[in-house]
Amino acid sequence: MNTQTTAQIIGFLAAMVLLTAFGMLVQRRIYGLIHLFAWQGLFLSISTAIVGYMTGRHHLYISSVLTLTLKVILLPYILNVLIHKLKIRKEIDTVVNVPLTMLIGIALVILSYHLTAPVRELSTFVTRSVLAIALATVMIGLLMMITRRHAVTQIIGFLAMENGLFFAATSATYGMPLVVELGVAIDVLIAAFIFGIFFFHINTTFDSLDVEYMARLKEED
Amino acid sequence: MILTPLGIASLSILLFLLQVLIVPFFKRNEKLMVNICFSLASAASLFAIAAGIWAVGNGTTDRVILALGLPDLPFHLRLDPLSGFFLTTIGLLAFYVSIYSIGYVKGFLGHRSVMRLIVFYSLFVAGMFMVVLADDALFFLISWELMAAASYFLVMYEDEQSENRRAAFLYIVIAHIGAVAILLSFGVMAGLATGFKDFSGYTFDAMRASKFPVEWATAAFFLAFFGFAAKAGVIPLHVWLPEAHPVAPSNVSALMSGVMLKTAIYGILRVTFDLIKIFPWWWGAVVLVFGLLSAVLGVLYALMQHDLKRLLAYHSVENIGIILIGIGLCMVFTSFNMPLIAALALTAGLYHTINHAMFKGLLFMGAGAVIHAAHERNMEEMGGLIHKMPWTAALFLIGCVSISALPPFNGFVSEWLTFQAVLLSPSLPAPLLKLLMPVGAALLALTGALAAACFVKAFGVTFLGRWRGPHKPNIQEVNWPMRAGMLMAAASCLLLGILPTVFIRWMDTVPVQLIGATMSASAGTHGWLWLTPVAPERASYSGIIVFLGILLVYGVVYLLLHASPGRIHRRPIWDCGFEKLNERMQYNATSFSMPIRRIFGYFFNIKEHVDLSPQAAHSAFPKRLNYNLKVKDRFWSWLYRPVADVSFWLSRKVGMLQQGRIQVYLIYSFITIIILLVFVR
Amino acid sequence: MNLSPLVIELMQLLVLLAAAPVFAGWVKTVKCWSQGRTSPGLLQPYRDIAKLFSKDMALAENASWIFRFTPYIVFGSTLLAGGIIPILSVDLPLSATADVIALVALFAIARFFTALAGMDIGTAFGGMGASREMMVASLAEPAMLMAVFTMSLASKSTSLSQIAQVIAHSDIHMVLRPSLAFAFIAFVMIALAETGRIPVDNPATHLELTMIHEAMILEYSGRHLALIEWAGMMKLFLFMSLGAAAFFPWGIADEGNMLAVPMALVYLIIKLGLAGIILALIETGLAKMRLFRVTEFLGAAFLLATLGMLSHFILE
Repeated sequence: MNTQTTAQIIGFLAAMVLLTAFGMLVQRRIYGLIHLFAWQGLFLSISTAIVGYMTGRHHLYISSVLTLTLKVILLPYILNVLIHKLKIRKEIDTVVNVPLTMLIGIALVILSYHLTAPVRELSTFVTRSVLAIALATVMIGLLMMITRRHAVTQIIGFLAMENGLFFAATSATYGMPLVVELGVAIDVLIAAFIFGIFFFHINTTFDSLDVEYMARLKEED
Repeated sequence: MILTPLGIASLSILLFLLQVLIVPFFKRNEKLMVNICFSLASAASLFAIAAGIWAVGNGTTDRVILALGLPDLPFHLRLDPLSGFFLTTIGLLAFYVSIYSIGYVKGFLGHRSVMRLIVFYSLFVAGMFMVVLADDALFFLISWELMAAASYFLVMYEDEQSENRRAAFLYIVIAHIGAVAILLSFGVMAGLATGFKDFSGYTFDAMRASKFPVEWATAAFFLAFFGFAAKAGVIPLHVWLPEAHPVAPSNVSALMSGVMLKTAIYGILRVTFDLIKIFPWWWGAVVLVFGLLSAVLGVLYALMQHDLKRLLAYHSVENIGIILIGIGLCMVFTSFNMPLIAALALTAGLYHTINHAMFKGLLFMGAGAVIHAAHERNMEEMGGLIHKMPWTAALFLIGCVSISALPPFNGFVSEWLTFQAVLLSPSLPAPLLKLLMPVGAALLALTGALAAACFVKAFGVTFLGRWRGPHKPNIQEVNWPMRAGMLMAAASCLLLGILPTVFIRWMDTVPVQLIGATMSASAGTHGWLWLTPVAPERASYSGIIVFLGILLVYGVVYLLLHASPGRIHRRPIWDCGFEKLNERMQYNATSFSMPIRRIFGYFFNIKEHVDLSPQAAHSAFPKRLNYNLKVKDRFWSWLYRPVADVSFWLSRKVGMLQQGRIQVYLIYSFITIIILLVFVR
Repeated sequence: MNLSPLVIELMQLLVLLAAAPVFAGWVKTVKCWSQGRTSPGLLQPYRDIAKLFSKDMALAENASWIFRFTPYIVFGSTLLAGGIIPILSVDLPLSATADVIALVALFAIARFFTALAGMDIGTAFGGMGASREMMVASLAEPAMLMAVFTMSLASKSTSLSQIAQVIAHSDIHMVLRPSLAFAFIAFVMIALAETGRIPVDNPATHLELTMIHEAMILEYSGRHLALIEWAGMMKLFLFMSLGAAAFFPWGIADEGNMLAVPMALVYLIIKLGLAGIILALIETGLAKMRLFRVTEFLGAAFLLATLGMLSHFILE
């Protein structure tokens, strides 16, 4: 396959990543959220594999398999178990209503396109336009953490941000050194475990994982 | 001198001023006064239309310097294609409204004196003509003030009600704030033209000839934009529109909404393209943003209204927004040196200007007819008028269809042109603008759809169904002059919709004058039938063929498939078999707009309150229910209350100077003398 | 004077008139099959329309001329719209008369008058239907415009024939773009809203409080109702053909090529057959949404169309 076709496929996968990010932003059900996160991880790992094939950097294949195991199989499984064990409520409330969140998401995409314009001028990589999408995914992950009241969405938002960063790394610089990659992956895994432990404790204490209730922990004066 | 376009226009103005003088002679016979004066007004408007058409068609510029004016500052008059276009627009609507007024003003005979109405009406229209002909700052401002003052008295015509006086007061305050801004803007430009040395820069020619440094040009532009926006009713300076337009007599409302707001558009075009000429792209973006805001918020506020004339007034805000979108796009494309697309955007804006004058004039005239017949302004008390007032209903329907941008009428053509201009935005070099324009186009589509919803509501609640109020008055169709005025306006709506290429070719000289490019080279390449803005493969529209197609298809369908009268039986209303249906169970204006109120609710300050009387609340079927809904414009509490509070606070502080004791005033004089002695030797 | 475009135009209109009821019947049949019911037959809509034509009409006493003329206006507008969409061929004499924006406006005329007819009699249900329909329309229009915009970015035109030709003649690289994929999904959602299918509105409901489109036409009977029902079936057919013409235009006859028209008819039957199956599965699998959830649904359509537009600029 020539570079033109691969660049187009990577562009298509980037669009899918953005679509799943928006899907997570507007999703109301917990299981849908986790499914979308798994799909995002899948698109990400396929994209990494293709970049690895195109540039001949074989350590990207390892990154791709790592992403696949971690983000498509392991983390969704852990989250599913968590939700099942804690008998968490399956609907997600929003702080701001859904259409407004979508509009803010669109504005963030336009903003990240504008911000990455200088990089696009200078870069010679075929995948340079994908950087805008990656930045947008990071910001949408942050937006997800802000506008949702469910604790599990906070962690998925954080993981989505990390997805975006990973995507940016593969597109702008053709991947990170493998050592950094492994370190980040283990950090993410440990973060997931720690979150899980915290959730158990919070749920036992408050019987709920709605983060609004945790606002009561502050001192009244 | 008479046979130049400018001569004819001046003749028209003189006829209006003449009317003011002859009115006292008819004080005995008011009916004759109405007939003669308004016929004279129609004739004068015809002269103005002729002058305007001639000026735009020829593309020439006429100037004259009058002997009037201050010493060393005589009045300059100028009739160029831009003035000619607005002269035609104002003249057309003034003609239709004058004929309408012959019938409408007769409704005031016997209740109050119509002399005031006629005098100020003539001064108002004359003032508008003078504004578009003015070629120096002094004459412009004098005409502007004349226009504002005359319309103030017209708004306050029925002045025994305090709400009318309050509305007129609000109107004049905002008009004057705008006038001060325009004055400052002219001052900046005039001063820069001569280096702040003398007064000779007050002529527009002097301003045209000079090049302004960017900071001063920006100051001049934004001052002028602020001032003209206050007159045009752009958000957030729109609050006077829904107060002043409903309380004025309907023929005056038609003129105010239809053409007075357009003089502000004329001002913006004159200052930006003719006097300042070179500007950065972000000015156009600011104009575009304000246009979009006015369009969307205007139509949302209109949807919440149940007073027919207030609804129409808010729609004027929306349509001014759409015109500003066209102008803003033109400014952006001009600053990026894309003259062909700029000409398209400008044509779209100008076309919408004349369209709006036509259909808004028609709608206000229709509302006037309804209020004249039913003595009621609240839509929720009306209904079923289509049976008793068939002409008014049909003509009002034409206005509703035009403003909802449905083919084959004129609203569709200008919206289509605006959309085509936005769809060409991918050719812009600036990436951020390229991405934001389509979102703007989507907002424009939202506006169009909401406007259609609003007019289904307005027409449906007013004319269809059954009478919703408690007592049904005796309703009759209105008299012939009123019908004639409305009929002519409706015919213009149809013509403007069917023959767009003819009009675009006629008004082509205006974009040539303002930005040096023309659209009609490509617009009419494939003959006068097809409107092809950029290239026929890109997009094309044929108004006439759509119209003929509609007639043909509807006609064939009707002829082949219509039912013979023997097969139609009239029966009581079915309503799915529910009985005991009364008039109060129909949808009215508030209920119709409920879904949209729910969805877009956070733009307004909405207080809904449902009251059940205590005994009714207990029973299974409550008998008496009180529903209270208050929808307020948020700009009052965000913008106007704080500004009013600050000005009152400042005035209180300054008011402390006024102590009332004579010793204090003597101390002031004493201190002033000492200061003068010490510092000015 | 070349008469073949005129002949093609007439053929297209005849196909539209004749095939719209059988398409509605096909959708119903697949729906019944997927729900384990027996269908009333593929040709049942023809029998329904014929039955309604043969009946007399009962009009309310206070029905005005708007109520009486609306069925003809709705039928005529839908027929005119059928004259613009390249169903069989791009060689249409009317294609230069009106483009996609004008097409949307033609459907808007039909909707405007149907809403007025709903308010004409003075019942509560008519007003309710009109109010809800205008709300759904006002949300669907921005989404439709964004989808049109994205379609026109690829083909640099808003003329439907042009869009169909550009996509049909471009190679596979140009076609598999994210922008077109997003625009397509958005278009499907908008089509569901505009034609009044589940999940926006249930065309087979009998509960008045759940109706949107049906509520406006409750008072119609006889020939008037036949025309309105037929127009509704034509609108569904047209939206499916519009999607086929804009996104999958292969098989549509080119300019000047009369001989390809019969083949185009065969392709059309295949494409619409598939579309009918997908529509029936969507209707069976989803439930009708609450009225105010339609905002989110159409907001998602707008979002997808905007994403399509953005991805055109960012990725292509």
